[in-house]
Amino acid sequence: MTGRIAIVGDGDSIMVFRAAGVDTFPVGEAKKAREAIRLAAKDHSIIFVTEEFYKPNEEFIKRFDEEAYPVVISIPSKNGSSGYSDELLKSAMEKALGVDILFHND
Amino acid sequence: MARLNVNPTRMELKKLKTRLSTATRGHKLLKDKSDEMIRRFSILLKENKRLRDEVEKELAETLRQFSIARSVTPSYTAEAAFSLPSVAISAECETESVMGVDVPKITLSQTKNSENLPYAFSEITSEADYSVARVGALLPKMVELARVEKAVRMLAAEIERNKRRVNALEYIMIPQLEETIKYVRSKLDENERASLVRLMKVK
Repeated sequence: MTGRIAIVGDGDSIMVFRAAGVDTFPVGEAKKAREAIRLAAKDHSIIFVTEEFYKPNEEFIKRFDEEAYPVVISIPSKNGSSGYSDELLKSAMEKALGVDILFHND
Repeated sequence: MARLNVNPTRMELKKLKTRLSTATRGHKLLKDKSDEMIRRFSILLKENKRLRDEVEKELAETLRQFSIARSVTPSYTAEAAFSLPSVAISAECETESVMGVDVPKITLSQTKNSENLPYAFSEITSEADYSVARVGALLPKMVELARVEKAVRMLAAEIERNKRRVNALEYIMIPQLEETIKYVRSKLDENERASLVRLMKVK
C-alpha cells in the first residue's frame, strides 16, 4: 500500500514542505486543526502536526494509536521545540515501564 | 480470597486442576512475553529519543530559516512557487508484527521530478532554496521517526494491557483456583472420613 504524507500546521512554516512533496493543511487555530487532522487521516498514512496544534488535540489524536495507520506525530514549529514531544515520550515510557530510563533528571 | 462457587465433587476437582495448570502455564507465557516486549520497547525508546532530538534540532532551524526567507517575498509568489513539488515522496506503508502488535513499517521512495528547484531563482531568495533542500533531506528521517514513535506508543499500550493480564492471573485467578481446589479436596476428604466412620459403626 502506498501512503501519502500530510502536514498540519500554521500556513507560514509548513509551506516549505509542499516543495518536498508533502500535502499541506494550513490551519489558523487549534479547533480547525482537529478538522484538518480528521480530513488528512482519511487518505494519508503519515501526518505531521506541529506542536501547538498537537497539544490541544492530544485526546483526539490518541484514538489513532489503536491502529498502525495513520501515524500522527508532533513536530516542532518554527518557534522551536517546547519539549512537549519529550513529555509524550516520557508518558509512554512511564506507562510501559514505570521507570525513567531516558531522562534521568528528576 | 474468595473461592469459586462449585460443588465439591471429584469431577469438579479434576476440572479445577486442569484450569489451574492452564492458568499457570498462561501466566508464565505472558510473563515471558512481557519481558521480551519490555526489552524491545527500551531499544525502540532509545532510538526514538535519538531521532527525536536530531529531527527537532534540524527542523526548528530549517523552519526558522524558511520563515525568514519567506517573509521577504510576497505571499502569492511564495504560494505559487512552492505549490509544485520538486520531489515526489511516496511511502510504502506496511505493517510488521512486533510481539503480536502490528506496528507500521514504512519504506520511503523519493523520485526527483527535475534536478532544478520548481521555481525561478528570481522569485525566491536563496535561503529558501537551502531550506527546501534541507527539508527534502530531512524527510526520510522524519518518516523514520514517525514509524518508531508510533511503534513505541503501540508497544506501550500493549505492555500495559499485558501487565494487567499477568497481574489478573497472578493475583486473582491462580489464588482463587488454588483456594477452591483446597476447599473441594478438604470437603471430599471429610466425606470419605464420614462414610468410613459410618461403615465402622454399622459393623
